[in-house]
Amino acid sequence: MTRMFLSGNEAFAEGIRLARPNVISAYPITPQTTVVEALAKMVEDGKLASEYMHVESEHTALSAAIGASATGARTFTATSSQGLLYMAECLTYASGGRFPIVMMNANRALALPWNIYGDQRDSLSLLDHGWIQVYAKDNQEALDLALMAYAVGEDARVSLPVMVNMDGFALTHTYEAVDVPDQAQADAFLPPYVTQNRFDFTNPKNIGYSAGPEYNRFYQVAHHEAMLAVRDVVAEVEARFAKTFGREYPGLVEAYMTDDADFVMVTLGSVSGIARDVVDDLRRAGKKAGLVRIRYLRPLPQEEIAEALKPAKAFGVLEKDVSFGATGAVYAGVQASLASSGRALPSLGFVGGLGGDDISRHQVEDAFASLEALSLGKAPAACGHQVGDVVFLNVAGEVA
Amino acid sequence: MALNARTMPDEELFYGHKACPGCGASLAVRAALKVLGPNAVAALPAGCMSAVGFNFPQLAFGNNAMITPFASTAAVLSGIEAGLRSQGIKPDGCTVVGFAGDGGTADIGLQALSGAIDRNDDILYICYDNEAYMNTGIQKSGLTPYGASTTTTPAGPAHPGSFTQKKQLFQIVAAHGIPYAATASVGYMADFLKKLERARDMSGTRFIHVMAPCPVGWGFPSADTVDVAKEIVDTGLWFLAEYEGPGVCGKPGGKFRLTRNPKSFAPIEPYLRRQKRYSADADTDLELIEAARDAQWEHMREAWV
Repeated sequence: MTRMFLSGNEAFAEGIRLARPNVISAYPITPQTTVVEALAKMVEDGKLASEYMHVESEHTALSAAIGASATGARTFTATSSQGLLYMAECLTYASGGRFPIVMMNANRALALPWNIYGDQRDSLSLLDHGWIQVYAKDNQEALDLALMAYAVGEDARVSLPVMVNMDGFALTHTYEAVDVPDQAQADAFLPPYVTQNRFDFTNPKNIGYSAGPEYNRFYQVAHHEAMLAVRDVVAEVEARFAKTFGREYPGLVEAYMTDDADFVMVTLGSVSGIARDVVDDLRRAGKKAGLVRIRYLRPLPQEEIAEALKPAKAFGVLEKDVSFGATGAVYAGVQASLASSGRALPSLGFVGGLGGDDISRHQVEDAFASLEALSLGKAPAACGHQVGDVVFLNVAGEVA
Repeated sequence: MALNARTMPDEELFYGHKACPGCGASLAVRAALKVLGPNAVAALPAGCMSAVGFNFPQLAFGNNAMITPFASTAAVLSGIEAGLRSQGIKPDGCTVVGFAGDGGTADIGLQALSGAIDRNDDILYICYDNEAYMNTGIQKSGLTPYGASTTTTPAGPAHPGSFTQKKQLFQIVAAHGIPYAATASVGYMADFLKKLERARDMSGTRFIHVMAPCPVGWGFPSADTVDVAKEIVDTGLWFLAEYEGPGVCGKPGGKFRLTRNPKSFAPIEPYLRRQKRYSADADTDLELIEAARDAQWEHMREAWV
């Protein structure tokens, strides 16, 4: 193990290097670029023996990974924002074909207005494309997820592609001290990819084909059940990870101080750091605040969310996206999770950080104050531009 | 050894599919796989040949094969090749081959094809050209010829059909400096087989554009496919040619060659009139078609021979 000072993208690239992908297909887009640059340098320097494909678009980046995966190769690609949307149709080929490709997505706003900064509308608009989606909170987790993503996706019970999401700039370009495992440790944790879902020259196969109305639904059911199997596989993989590397991860969600919490904020990604600090402050002030950080959003951790919200009298979701005319995607998922346990709670969906707008500590404090009020049965003070139960942070009063 | 009808392998690698009677494209795929052999790995995008070949549980390829996103034929081929090579598992006699239609190649798949040629990935790309989006019901593509009626360029008072000429796909591909490109027709099978063998035995990116008439979309009896595929060449409305890139022929810019350069052309009218898609063409349209043909041949004979 080596202690290094790395950006999120650099840390993630180290994780990919340790995973030894056979094929990397890469096309640049801000703020993903430094991860594919770092990997190119590793290949050039002989530190990584991957076929590095300089493809001409994101659509080809994922298509090439699909082709490579069909030969049994371990594959990696990375993208962001419009690039993710440009390859969107290939996402369902990858997941429906059950190819356990790992893709890093640097979360970034969607055009228009054109914007290169971080929010989460890109990946959250593609939740239904059959990929496992996981969100890192810091650079260490990003590196570790690079290894665990392969372990989870390649498990025969799962056999699904994994999108590892990192907040654009907030994680991808921010430096932190990170433990980089040794190759021997990584190899012990992550053996080479073995699968039946590949071409075979002694017994040739047609893989990836049409299935009409008579058969199609069976593929969809199998896909759904594979996604549901992720919960147990993640638990096993994280247990092995802890044994190998000494770092523990909490499964699909990370619940913090929720056991006796009166009001709980649910978040995704790096903003959890500030939210956790605010919970600590509130706890010091004798207020029973809690936090749920969703790590895996697909599969949707319904049971874990419902369990963490059990003691709560109110909850909120703080996320960097909105589905126009509805709510944030995470808020909808959390409401559904709670409803599945037969409960309903006063709640607010906070939408912040759009187009790279900083979510300040002050905003998070105000949002928690609103939740506290809700938990006491009071009307919350305005902390943004509220439309129904959706509150746009850092937007005051009427919007032009 | 030059393959011909007598020496072609008996082994069928594309059979039990649902292609229409007289399908020119399925003939091209069948012949190509006989030449390339059982170690070929095929990728096919959405289109006629994947629609007829990949219906679970009726999977018609005897070799390894997969479906790709529509725009991704070349991209998936590149990935397959990189995957095999990176693992050191590419067997001898393994050609990574794509079969895509005219729309899947000259329109939506052109970017990925360009990228693969740019990287000189070790793949063979075969475009079967039936001159429209036949799988979706005969809509105009970039390779639909002038005057051909399609469901999106229906013959009417203003136009007899398509009002653009075929995109010059072979020349576009050649302009990349690709090691090998060729045109062919299922009506000249010996020529097609020869080009397939050549392409099979080379490395780097190779491309064959094979004319594959469609009885349904063109409107002729299904027994006439090979005859129509011959006649389109004999009339000069399609050409048989090869291109060798600079790295192969040693000449800057590469070298074009007509592999069939007839002294005179068969008349175009019987060829056009035997097909329903040209039924609305007036004599003036035929004159336009002939003039475009003559201009193209004048250029090819001057620059290529």
